[in-house]
Parts: sequence; structure tokens; C-alpha cells
Amino acid sequence: MNETATCPECDADISLPPDTLEGEIIQCPDCGTELEVRSVDPPVLELAPEEEEDWGE
Amino acid sequence: MSSLARPVAPGSASSARIAVLLDRVRVEEKLLLQAFEARQIPVDVFDDREVIFDLTAHQADPPRTHGRDAWSRYAVVLDRCITHARAVAALRILRDWGVETINRVEVIETCGDKLATSSALVRAGIPTPRVLVAFTPESALEAIETLGYPVILKPAIGSWGRLLSKINDREAAEAVLEHKQVLGSYQHHVFYIQEYIKKPARDIRSFVIGDETIGAIYRYSDHWITNTARGGRAANCPVTDEINALSLAAAAAVGGGIVAVDLLESEDGRLLVNEVNHTTEFRNSIDTTGVNIPDRIVDYVLKVAAK
Repeated sequence: MNETATCPECDADISLPPDTLEGEIIQCPDCGTELEVRSVDPPVLELAPEEEEDWGE
Repeated sequence: MSSLARPVAPGSASSARIAVLLDRVRVEEKLLLQAFEARQIPVDVFDDREVIFDLTAHQADPPRTHGRDAWSRYAVVLDRCITHARAVAALRILRDWGVETINRVEVIETCGDKLATSSALVRAGIPTPRVLVAFTPESALEAIETLGYPVILKPAIGSWGRLLSKINDREAAEAVLEHKQVLGSYQHHVFYIQEYIKKPARDIRSFVIGDETIGAIYRYSDHWITNTARGGRAANCPVTDEINALSLAAAAAVGGGIVAVDLLESEDGRLLVNEVNHTTEFRNSIDTTGVNIPDRIVDYVLKVAAK
């Protein structure tokens, strides 16, 4: 069953599928903000870290 | 929830022989963790934001949570950090502790720095665009005019097409060089100036794992920057003998492992190695190439772990 968490930016309810992983990056379907799943049980979302200069592949 | 979902503390009771170090679970990391899980291979996942390394913990001491003993039980640590500075620091410590990593720290250091990559490619005799390096705006301008316009200015450290400049004339050169000198950190004061290769509206990215080129894509874009992170569109690119040979040579030049090689097609029909990437993104390349890239990475990790 999907868990529900709240977007810290726009307060929208966001449904998390069962295969969600801690640390996963998702996008709020309402406001488009990039969010990080900081905890799955209980489900907690935070704003994802801002891109830094040395990020990459 | 899967046991893979939760980052673990070093020294925990896990029996995993493989660890993954990451700082962000993107599509790639999720696919990799799912690929391990599908084969029922236990993996310990470490978030680098929570890791502490205790360098002076001695082997004779009781096992310490953050010391060498806690990490030495892993046959291999797969690096998936997107933060270059953290990856270099962590993998250097692991190397000095005798812990095998994919990729090795030398590969991360070389690929994460465009100047080091170019130098390694040239040393290995691999065709690559001409590069000039200068240390002041004045000498950089002289270098740019030696190459002739347009040229590409790139930060040595950086990715995803960030802060690349195509300089078309002297006025633009003066402006960008001044901005870099005044606004940039010291790393931007080493000017990396690359010949502009007039290419078709695409470049090629090949994926090398160990001693095999497992697939390649074309990255199409009307913009001269073709990174898929910047909107470039991926299509399958058949791995020709030439692409294969050049990709393997480029991978070997930077130290091998799992890398993605960016190739440019010049107007006179040559293939040039532009860059080599060490923590490759592949989400747009699985369906495109028909190659199960995460599964192939898992194969390689297991092979290295079995050595």
C-alpha cells in the first residue's frame, strides 16, 4: 500500500509507492519541487540538496 | 520495505560483502539496488552524508564503528557519489586501507578533472581535441587566439555541461576570462581551453565495463552541448570496431573499471575522445541500447568481489 507524505514546499499530499527507498529523489507532482525521501517509516520528505559545483558523473 | 532501503552503519551485524556508497538515490542507484536485490545479493548502502572515517583506528584496537576493520570486511565498495570531492576523499581512505573500490580512486581523480583526463588521453596516444592550458586571463587570451575562434572554455572540475562556454570572438573571450578570474574560485583560474570540434548535431557516448564496450548511444541536440542532462536526445549507436577500440583504449588510459566515454565525430571523419565519465548515468541508455546496464554493472561488481 502506498504511504502518504507531505510536500514541505507546498503542503501537497504525495503518495509514495512501496518500493520507495530512503534517500530517493522525487518530484512533487503539485509544485514540481525536487524532494528527498529522508525516511520511509514514517514517510518524511525534505527539500533535496541544491546542486553543487562538483556534482556530476 | 526491502532491507536495501535503509542505509546501515559500518560495523553493523550485516553479512554483506558488497557496499554501495552514495549521496543521492537517483534512478540509476535505485535500478542498481534493485538489480542486486533481484539476485538476492545483500548490499550495505552508505549515505556519505552520514559516514565518518576514523583514520587512526589501529587494527589492534577493538573494532571501531568508523575504522578500517569495519570497512575491510567488504570485498568491494561501489562508488555512486555524485559529489566529486567526497568520492575522492572516501575512496582514497578506502584504498589506503586496502579496500577494493569501483571505480578506483585514481580513476575518479583522473575522470573528475578534465585537465587530468586530457593529459591521460594524450599520454596514451588517444586522439582527443587539442587543449591549451593557461593560468592568467592574459595568457589564456593568447592561447585562445592561438587556437582561433570558436573555442570551448571548460571548468576542469564539473559535469552535466555546467559552465561550458563556447567563445566566438575576442570580446566574448575577454568577458568570460574576466568573469572567471573575478567571480570564480581558484579552480577557475586554471584555464582549460579546448579546440571546438565542428561535429554533426550529435556526439557518441559508449559504456565500458571492464574489458568490454557493452553499448553506445548517440546524443542528439541542436545545441552544441549534447548532455542528456541538458535535454540531449538518446538513440542507439552501433558499436563499430573503431568505437570499441577507442572506448577500450580511453577506459584503459584513465585506469579502467566502469566508465562512459564521450566521442566526437570530426568533419574529416575522425573519432576523438572528448571526456571520460566515472560515475556514469545510464537511465536513458537501457531501453535505447537494449542492454541491461545495471545488471552488467552488478556482474562486474561480483567479478571484482570474487577476486
